[in-house]
Amino acid sequence: MWSYVLRRLGQALLVLLVAFTATFFLLHYLPGDAVIARYGSPQLGLSSAEVAEIRASMGADQPVWTQFWLALTGFLTGNLGYSAQTGASVSSMLTTALPETAALTLTSFLLAVVLAFTIAFTSTFGRFAWLRRVMRALPPLFISIPVFWLAIVLIQIFSFQLGLVPVIGASDLQALVLPSLAISVPIAAPLAQILVSSIDEVRSQPFVSVVRAKGASTNWLLWRNVLGNALLPALTIAGLLFGELIAGAVVTETIFGRSGIGRMTEQAVANRDMPVLQAIVVLSAATFVLINLIVDLLYPVLDPRLRKKVRV
Amino acid sequence: MSSIATVFTRSRKAQTGTSLLRPSVLLAFGALGVTVSWALVPGLFTSYDPIANVGPSLQAPNAEHFFGTDSTGRDVLSRVIYGARETLTGALMAVAVGFLVGTAMGVLSGSSHRSVDEVLMRIVDVLLAIPSLLLSLSVIILLGYGTVNVAIAVGITSIAAFARLSRSQVVQVSRSDFVEAAYGSGGSFGTVLWRHILPNSLTPVLALAALQFGSAILQISTLGFLGYGAPPPTPEWGLMIAESRDFVATAWWLTTLPGLVLVITVLSTNRLSYAIQARRNA
Repeated sequence: MWSYVLRRLGQALLVLLVAFTATFFLLHYLPGDAVIARYGSPQLGLSSAEVAEIRASMGADQPVWTQFWLALTGFLTGNLGYSAQTGASVSSMLTTALPETAALTLTSFLLAVVLAFTIAFTSTFGRFAWLRRVMRALPPLFISIPVFWLAIVLIQIFSFQLGLVPVIGASDLQALVLPSLAISVPIAAPLAQILVSSIDEVRSQPFVSVVRAKGASTNWLLWRNVLGNALLPALTIAGLLFGELIAGAVVTETIFGRSGIGRMTEQAVANRDMPVLQAIVVLSAATFVLINLIVDLLYPVLDPRLRKKVRV
Repeated sequence: MSSIATVFTRSRKAQTGTSLLRPSVLLAFGALGVTVSWALVPGLFTSYDPIANVGPSLQAPNAEHFFGTDSTGRDVLSRVIYGARETLTGALMAVAVGFLVGTAMGVLSGSSHRSVDEVLMRIVDVLLAIPSLLLSLSVIILLGYGTVNVAIAVGITSIAAFARLSRSQVVQVSRSDFVEAAYGSGGSFGTVLWRHILPNSLTPVLALAALQFGSAILQISTLGFLGYGAPPPTPEWGLMIAESRDFVATAWWLTTLPGLVLVITVLSTNRLSYAIQARRNA
């Protein structure tokens, strides 16, 4: 068990190190010089000696490997470098933007889970055949809808036609509704699909017939026996859903003008601000790796059958 | 995106029929046929120039302009029709990049020494760890804006999926008896790979390519919407929707109709690839 944990941890760290190294060298050998871009303009009136001094103070005149080492230790201690556009510290930019995005993605995720459960349950236990069929058709439809278009259609319907959510002067909570609804749709789709198929699979297993024969009601069966088993496969796509959440944040924060990490990403690309994008890419890779690590380690804890396999 | 697609194919196996003649599949064929012919011969379907002012601006859909006109008086339907070429060629390029690079990596990884395999698979792990939109944005920041660069960026995000699938196929096929027999009867590594292993591992990879096509259309239009694709007068679906964002309150047709065409195209592509997959599994 412990050797398994250590091996997975080692793999995760290796992936992160490679991701960091790759982005560092891409940034380093990219044509263009961040120092010149920021301080070299004639309006600032800096002499070339002064620019060289700035360069030295930032460590940009050191050999590549020294710079790499400085950047790596900086990342590990929370210093993520400086924006090539504004010169602001990337860590402080991220700290300011994070709460906005965290609120948005958490709401979207919760909404997606509720939506997925509704679809899964109605499509399996719905009273009418037509309702079950409609529900089963929803996930493939949901996955074909682009978030940016859905967000605009939602604004059209809820803000302009029905007047339910004000476009200007919405409260914090009101402003969350439409973007998180837009993000949750493509996330609910694969989740619902996995739930549906694993509920189907668990329901057809012999132990369910035994429990039912012992007199358990459908509700008891669902909550006590089916759900726990059906949830496990859903965990495996957790990392994937994180990627979708990030993509959704980039698109909706741009549309709704929210100043979060998604908007920061969009602007970093527009300004070719590599240090900012590098920090965002490396941090999301770290989050993805961390989520998958937790899921992998959690799996044997939740499923006793796997615990045995790992020990052997 | 890609792994969501694979998840779908697995779970749909149980419920979809095997016939390619089901009404929903025929509908999907029809819809895709229309889009493809728009891309091939746009002039047959509309007489309006997609980038010229052809009438009063902001007209609601009517008998003359089925999708209405936009803020500069361009015909929206003809822009959607000409836009099909932009979107479909982009998606085709993206899938080609992912397919060629990914399959080459997977085959190499599955058929070479363990150290090569390890290195290649760690690269795939890194590609998978970066959320696909962020990965394509990183590529765009390096290459610059434009239709081709966006297609390459989207293609790179699908390399990992192709590499993993083709590697597992090659490993699986290499263990089968007929490959052992081919080696046993004197076949060199190259001939066995080319004549036995590759043809037998290609089918599932082609099915993945079909699935990736729909997801590439979505990603390309998203990047176009964010403004990283073709420059403004170009009729690209994502860009069209971005340009008409300011008119949501007054002109619903500008965003709604091109978006519907986009959704129907992606939905049809997905439906077709599920049908092909289901037929193959049956």
